Amino acid sequence: MINAAQVGFGAAVLAGVVLAIIGHPGPKDLPPTASASAPVSTNAPQTFVLKSVSVELPTSDITFPGGAAADAINANCLSCHSAGMVLTQPNLAKATWTAEVDKMIHTFKAPIDQSAVVAIVDYLSETKGAK
Amino acid sequence: MRKTMVTTRRSFLGQAGAGGLALVSGAAWAGPSIELPLPGGPRERALTTAFPQKATMILQRTRPPLLETPFEVFDRGVFTPNDQFYVRWHWAVIPTEINVDSFRLSVSGHVDRALSLSLKDIVDGLPRVELAAVNQCSGNSRGFSQPVVPGAQWANGAMGNAKWLGVRLKDVLDRAGVKPGAVQVRFSGLDQPVVDGAPKLMKSLALDHARDGEVMIAYAMNGQQLPLLNGFPLRVVVPGWYSTYWVKMLDRIEVLDTPDENFWTKNAYLIPDTPGANITPGQTGVKMVPINRMVPRSFVTNLKAGATLKAGAPTLVRGIAFGGSTGVTAVDISLDDGASWRPTTLGTDEGKYSFRQWQIEITPPAGPVSVMVRCTNSDGLAQPKTMNWNPSGFMHNGIETVQMTAART
Repeated sequence: MINAAQVGFGAAVLAGVVLAIIGHPGPKDLPPTASASAPVSTNAPQTFVLKSVSVELPTSDITFPGGAAADAINANCLSCHSAGMVLTQPNLAKATWTAEVDKMIHTFKAPIDQSAVVAIVDYLSETKGAK
Repeated sequence: MRKTMVTTRRSFLGQAGAGGLALVSGAAWAGPSIELPLPGGPRERALTTAFPQKATMILQRTRPPLLETPFEVFDRGVFTPNDQFYVRWHWAVIPTEINVDSFRLSVSGHVDRALSLSLKDIVDGLPRVELAAVNQCSGNSRGFSQPVVPGAQWANGAMGNAKWLGVRLKDVLDRAGVKPGAVQVRFSGLDQPVVDGAPKLMKSLALDHARDGEVMIAYAMNGQQLPLLNGFPLRVVVPGWYSTYWVKMLDRIEVLDTPDENFWTKNAYLIPDTPGANITPGQTGVKMVPINRMVPRSFVTNLKAGATLKAGAPTLVRGIAFGGSTGVTAVDISLDDGASWRPTTLGTDEGKYSFRQWQIEITPPAGPVSVMVRCTNSDGLAQPKTMNWNPSGFMHNGIETVQMTAART
């Protein structure tokens, strides 16, 4: 078969379960767990055991470049989202940037002082404006 | 709820004051990066291994995370490995600790019996089902939109295919007993907005859809529990529909007896009600509707644009396709800009909502080689030759073309 390199996929947990039905209309029934009422052994091959998870998510220390011109965007925007997706936007018309900032304030409730809005939109259309 | 990894506004300002507002010149990161072939915007992205339970991913945004699957992953098989499955979150308050003993899924609203289900109730107490299905972001490939549109500038890696293991939503709803007069079922998860008063992410499906026996609540993908960033411990699976409905970290199901008025269901993720959600830039007066069923797509995965092939030598062209809301009937390629099409050989059928591999051998003459690939689904819907466009960059699904060269050696 073409490219059979799906490494070890699913085999461990679903060992012994036949998965070969093709073209079914919906999810297919698998054999139920050993017994609906019995405690499920963690070693039972036909159960599925979820394990608690504790992780750390990375943070970003990237700020918007540009010194004082970036003060307003750095002070107002980075508490809800890091800068990366903004810095990778294509150049957009000032009206588009105005609409984006407006959406952040009115739809997503960003607590941005009205006095900072002009500076944020100006920064975006200066650095990411359609030419 | 809002304790972990949240930089409050005050603490952020404190950090900014202490560290100063660093000037960043050139690349804003140190380390490996990748060039995405985006026509309209910055192409360079960092590659990152910093996210838990994830191998190398393309960093679109750190917080809340937007992580794209490197495209070469799709050549390795029809199932996307969990540790390279793409990630997309709307709000930055994401629990980083989930205790499987204390977690509960509530089912409430217009039901006979409100439920509070433990994971054990779900895993051991309900019929177990499994389905292969593509999960694709509504805005996958937005970065190719021309003219450009705002939003995450994804290349083609905001999609993935997995075998989802879990229970039927219908079985959960039946256990609660849906009352007559119910109209929709609403899902929400443990993630929260940073700012009070911002709209929490919630999505609803029509009751009949929710009870169709296909919509699932998954607790595993590809044989393993979900990575936290893909929705551990539970996520909704809506086969054939865009991922906006596949609510992650699902902890609440509400049966509604009036249509859902919440922002994310009523006002977000709207598309023009036209074939392929396609309109002309600037077109107005278009009826907008919630995004819904996916449309067919296909990709070459083993050859890259700009590659040099050996002229006169048999060359394998291989890729993946999916039918969207139904199965793949055919994948055809054209080497003459769409004047003629040749059928490819389809790989194993893993079910109608899955990726399906295809392959064909070509023998290119010396000169430019342009490979177009087109999927036709079992409803007879084929990818359009002209890229569809809308101002949100949703449902991008035009025929892909890979430009290469064949040279004598």
